[in-house]
Amino acid sequence: MPAPIRLRELIRTIRTARTQAEEREMIQKECAAIRSSFREEDNTYRCRNVAKLLYMHMLGYPAHFGQLECLKLIASQKFTDKRIGYLGAMLLLDERQDVHLLMTNCIKNDLNHSTQYVQGLALCTLGCMGSSEMCRDLAGEVEKLLKTSNSYLRKKAALCAVHVIRKVPELMEMFLPATKNLLNEKNHGVLHTSVVLLTEMCERSPDMLAHFRKLVPQLVRILKNLIMSGYSPEHDVSGISDPFLQVRILRLLRILGRNDDDSSEAMNDILAQVATNTETSKNVGNAILYETVLTIMDIKSESGLRVLAINILGRFLLNNDKNIRYVALTSLLKTVQTDHNAVQRHRSTIVDCLKDLDVSIKRRAMELSFALVNGNNVRGMMKELLYFLDSCEPEFKADCASGIFLAAEKYAPSKRWHIDTIMRVLTTAGSYVRDDAVPNLIQLITNSVEMHAYTVQRLYKAILGDYSQQPLVQVASWCIGEYGDLLVSGQCEEEEPIQVTEDEVLDILESVLISNMSASVTRGYALTAIMKLSTRFTCTVNRIKKVVSIYGSSIDVELQQRAVEYNALFKKYDHMRPALLERMPVMEKVTTNGPAEIVQTNGETETAVLETKPPPSGLQPANQVTETDPGMISRFCRYAGFLFPTGIPSITAYNKNGLKIDFTFERSNTNPSVTVITIQASNSTELDMTDFVFQAAVPKTFQLQLLSPSSSVIPAFNSGTITQVIKVLNPQKVSDSKKNC
Amino acid sequence: MIKFFLMVNKQGQTRLSRYYEHVEINKRTMLEAEVIKNCLSRSKDECSFIEYKDFKLVYRQYAALFIVVGIDQTENEMAVYELIHNFVEVLDKYFSRVVSETLNLL
Repeated sequence: MPAPIRLRELIRTIRTARTQAEEREMIQKECAAIRSSFREEDNTYRCRNVAKLLYMHMLGYPAHFGQLECLKLIASQKFTDKRIGYLGAMLLLDERQDVHLLMTNCIKNDLNHSTQYVQGLALCTLGCMGSSEMCRDLAGEVEKLLKTSNSYLRKKAALCAVHVIRKVPELMEMFLPATKNLLNEKNHGVLHTSVVLLTEMCERSPDMLAHFRKLVPQLVRILKNLIMSGYSPEHDVSGISDPFLQVRILRLLRILGRNDDDSSEAMNDILAQVATNTETSKNVGNAILYETVLTIMDIKSESGLRVLAINILGRFLLNNDKNIRYVALTSLLKTVQTDHNAVQRHRSTIVDCLKDLDVSIKRRAMELSFALVNGNNVRGMMKELLYFLDSCEPEFKADCASGIFLAAEKYAPSKRWHIDTIMRVLTTAGSYVRDDAVPNLIQLITNSVEMHAYTVQRLYKAILGDYSQQPLVQVASWCIGEYGDLLVSGQCEEEEPIQVTEDEVLDILESVLISNMSASVTRGYALTAIMKLSTRFTCTVNRIKKVVSIYGSSIDVELQQRAVEYNALFKKYDHMRPALLERMPVMEKVTTNGPAEIVQTNGETETAVLETKPPPSGLQPANQVTETDPGMISRFCRYAGFLFPTGIPSITAYNKNGLKIDFTFERSNTNPSVTVITIQASNSTELDMTDFVFQAAVPKTFQLQLLSPSSSVIPAFNSGTITQVIKVLNPQKVSDSKKNC
Repeated sequence: MIKFFLMVNKQGQTRLSRYYEHVEINKRTMLEAEVIKNCLSRSKDECSFIEYKDFKLVYRQYAALFIVVGIDQTENEMAVYELIHNFVEVLDKYFSRVVSETLNLL
């Protein structure tokens, strides 16, 4: 059997493969050769074979049959074998494989080996893939090595200890005594890994954190030496001495100084020194400054230092290097909540970043811009953000649109501006607007009473040209349906009124209905709008009737149902039509909670669960408001969100087994959020109902007050009634709303 | 925490990979392919930090080779960027000229 090829040969061979299939073939051939070689228990070439196997594993091919071979290599006496064996163990084995426990003894022996390089290998491997059992067994050895004077071993032992602590947190105390002298070392390797160990311990345990706070002066001293010391060829990176250690120490200082005044005080000077003395021409310096800024913002630093930090970030923003700008925007985002005013000073630079080419930077700038909008700068900021919305990538548009809506709602200087802004968003990014924005917008429009004419005119003009953007079309249809009369009468004050005829309005709504681009929901909106116009328009009622009846046979079930019911409205209930289709009143701030089938009444609704006690009637919770004409009218109201114009009508809440309970509603004169319900209970059976007690329950946000009833006996044969007054308070003016459409 | 360290060439072939967290072997190839795709689609003007899934990628290009390091929120991106360069310099010093020629071949 010829000697197996070397790793380099293998790599060269694989590189010559031109296709994936060719490569796979070569690798399979080699794997077969390796497997037979393993079977022959060949000690000389085992190391070479495992090396090749590891390479193939890296390329993505399975290599599990090499695991035991790794163990054999580890057990060998030769260093070259051990080296490959441990590497293999790190790459192929982990705690998921049962085989790994066999390594424990080997590692234990190697940790006490005479050669430091072997000890180093063992520490590395344990620190890389040690399972919790292995860590528990070997923690003592690691701790011993942590106290050795050999710096090569000490640094590896520190990192191994980090891994042990991650796997078995209970062992943390064991390493505590060994950490005493760690920071006294001169060797940067040991310093670095010790700082990592201390960081890990402080992050995991608040006791350790308190214990290590006393190290702050020492850390400050080390950092100072690093900055002030002259050129040291061993540690120099582009003119700065060991920047990686500096960054680590800064991070540990951050953890130690958080929420602690004394420690923060002790580090103030050094942080100021680092911030001012570090060279910023190269990336290295900026990396250190970045870490310094993060530390300053996180500890309880004095205000002068904080301003210094934000100014550094501001300088970063002006830098040409993209990385630095990105990092600055990220940090500013983190600090904008706490240091709002300081960040505001850099607002113009941030807004300029919106125009950057880099996607990550744009996203950060957008988030930061939204955080910076306030009452004073809202007009300017909105202009920039709307411009951004125009030109940004599609993945941003939804977030940007939502952000604009939120900001506009909070800080709108005038209703007209608000509506203009919304219009602009709808027209530029209409298809990216989130679904829940549509009802919010409709509510906003309804509430700005004086702007109705202006709004409907603008919306009409917007969809004249293009009705493909669904949210825009939905809002526009709803508005045209509600305020179509204002549109045709040309009453607009804010703008030049346009001449629109009723037919033109119906034309556009019909095109929405017919268009392939319209979603089913949008068609629903359009049909209802057409229906509403039947009371607002005077000359085109017949045309409306025709349109509505056509859709009575539509394939879309929702559309069909609506059309059929509207048709019925024309035919049987024409007398109710004007009342039902009246203008919507001003709505209170809506949130959606509670059961669906509720009549919306002057912006407030309530639900009441009724229970009656006495024997004749069973328990019958009645939380559906039933109408004298149930079915069609209630469904109609469900679609249209309509109200009965004269407040809440009285209803029969319960009528079964001879017991009839009627509710009448009134709004309290003293407190408009209190509704007064008067219940009247009558009994049509032959027996008196005694011990009648009425109980009611309301949702958590409501308050209920039951006044005493007139009596507890309802006489038979409807000869008398019990009257009781209930007061329901809706403190947040939260209403259970139905869909607006 | 560094999650992985990759050296991938422009064609998507992995030259070196080291994972510090367990990732299934078939997921690794997918991850490497996606990562290189992300890096290749960046232009010269864009920054070296990419937000990918729930962690960040820091990448640096040397001739036809990309060195990509995946990090989580706790790491300083710019320090890692510097670390990559340090790594390449170490390779360069240790293996002398061989490395730059090999890097060009990679």
